[in-house]
Amino acid sequence: MTGGVGNEAVVAGKWRSLTEVAADVAAGRATAESQVQLALERLEQVDRGPEGLNSFTSYDADLALAAARQIDQAIAAGQGGGPLAGVPIGIKDNICTHDLPTTCASRILEGYVSPYEATAVKRLREAGAVVLGKTNMDEFAMGSSTENSAYGATRNPVDPTRVAGGSSGGSAAAVAAGIVPAALGSETGGSVRQPAAFCGIVGLKPSYGRISRYGLVAFASSLDHIGIFGRTVADTALLLEVMAGPDRFDSTAADHPMPDLSAALDGGLEGLVIGVPEEYFPSELNRGIADLCKGAIEKMREAGAEIRKISLPHTRYAIPTYYLIAPAEVASNLSRFDGVRYGMRAPDADSTTAVYEETRTRGFGPEVKRRIMLGTYALSAGHYDEYYGRAQRVRTLIAGDFRRVFDSGVDLIFTPTTPYPAFPLGEEVEDLYQLYLGDIFTVTANLAALPAISVPVGTTGGLPVGGQFMADRWDEATLLRGAAALESLIGEAR
Amino acid sequence: MAVTREEVLQIAELARLRLEPGEVEQFLVQLNDILEHVEELAALDMGVVGAVEGAAEGAAPRRSEELGPDLLRIPASEFAPEWDDGFFTVPRLAALDASELEDPFEDKARIDSAGRPDEASVTGGAK
Repeated sequence: MTGGVGNEAVVAGKWRSLTEVAADVAAGRATAESQVQLALERLEQVDRGPEGLNSFTSYDADLALAAARQIDQAIAAGQGGGPLAGVPIGIKDNICTHDLPTTCASRILEGYVSPYEATAVKRLREAGAVVLGKTNMDEFAMGSSTENSAYGATRNPVDPTRVAGGSSGGSAAAVAAGIVPAALGSETGGSVRQPAAFCGIVGLKPSYGRISRYGLVAFASSLDHIGIFGRTVADTALLLEVMAGPDRFDSTAADHPMPDLSAALDGGLEGLVIGVPEEYFPSELNRGIADLCKGAIEKMREAGAEIRKISLPHTRYAIPTYYLIAPAEVASNLSRFDGVRYGMRAPDADSTTAVYEETRTRGFGPEVKRRIMLGTYALSAGHYDEYYGRAQRVRTLIAGDFRRVFDSGVDLIFTPTTPYPAFPLGEEVEDLYQLYLGDIFTVTANLAALPAISVPVGTTGGLPVGGQFMADRWDEATLLRGAAALESLIGEAR
Repeated sequence: MAVTREEVLQIAELARLRLEPGEVEQFLVQLNDILEHVEELAALDMGVVGAVEGAAEGAAPRRSEELGPDLLRIPASEFAPEWDDGFFTVPRLAALDASELEDPFEDKARIDSAGRPDEASVTGGAK
């Protein structure tokens, strides 16, 4: 059956958390096969066809069901199913899987199947998760709406006339629509937290170095992270525990001790100092978002947190810094797509240079080309120090703002996740830089390598709004403690 | 500093992209617009601030350079479009530039799984 959703909201009425699904499968109250079957039915019902959400770029029902049956056999044989037993999971299409294509939603990688698997995916499978399929995204993760996709745009399940956010919009929509309880995304400047906020779910970006990027197609290596979408803070914590840790295939994956996250979730707000930076509440901030975030701050104060006004004075430089560093690294990382090593090759080129040029010209979309051009310029002779070198030094100032705040005794920083809610699909963009400014609240955590999370704080005009916590590097325990407490306070208020 | 039309064409060449005439004008406007915004950074007093180092903090120690087993999930012979006795068979790109060849893709070279050419196997075409 191929279904469709038209313009009606398709969020799942009653969500089952990942933790509940895994517990049911492990205890024999449900089979992994039945959970995967339900996910596939939901996918067919709401995602496919011209009216569907279009959150998946590829899936293989036979493969997913076979993997699920293996989990069921392991449980039947008394071998246990793992902490994620039978949980269907979506994987962003820039994270390598050995059995499904990895296209980065780009024509240049059409049909490309990686011969190896990302460490994060491997660890999920070893914990019992079943990869349901690959999720839609902005091409090579460049964008904020999942409209820059060779597979067409993903629609927001809350309001299908609007974008799901990006670049990990497919993963966010798949979780919000109740197709899968959780999904992986990737972040370079907010590509997990922003779509999570737009779709009304939880989006977690851990510290730089917490999850191995082996098998994540590189965009901007000093900023790239693998991130997690879930319906609850506890679900994202469990997935983080499963995937975190050093990896011999990624020298940036740190051997840093991981605190007991599940214990941290029940810590409450008593005794926590939460900093609220004035730079993240500008006068032009969407009124509904400002009110909901201020309301959340008041709830946290009433629940025992100390709220402290803080300043992160270099915030205004974050977007220009990001839009020099990221494109420069893009220009370098994407030079490998030349028609020789991966994916498509222009068939009618008549010289070596023409193979490179024709393949890249036909294979890359406009936003990817724009960033490659900008980055090539910023790295070119005579401009390197002026642009990339200077941006890296400004990055030090931005990280220094956070260092001073955390050293002054602040445990967490709370801000809105986005300056506006989900915008209509196909909206004309006249000023590119204004579009880039939409990342202003999220990009700083990537520049400073900090863990951050977006949690739903309510709706404005029917559209979801996210509130963001940021914590000191490696302090995911306090990050998730604060997020779980706010999640509970918002839930009680509903 | 404003980017010129000639610089846009030069950047495209460096980036191995072929631009249509309309795209040249589009990139000219867009690159200048973005670079005008990033000029804001030039006004910052940087003092003795160095480039960020934080991202590498806590990275894993270097491992020893020992040749281990091939950990690919799929054997190279199964995903290679063409495979010949332990080598990938690929079009010899350099041969494309040899104008006398009618069909350069007929010309093949062999490389091993580390991308090293098997010189002995190169067939035909200009070397």
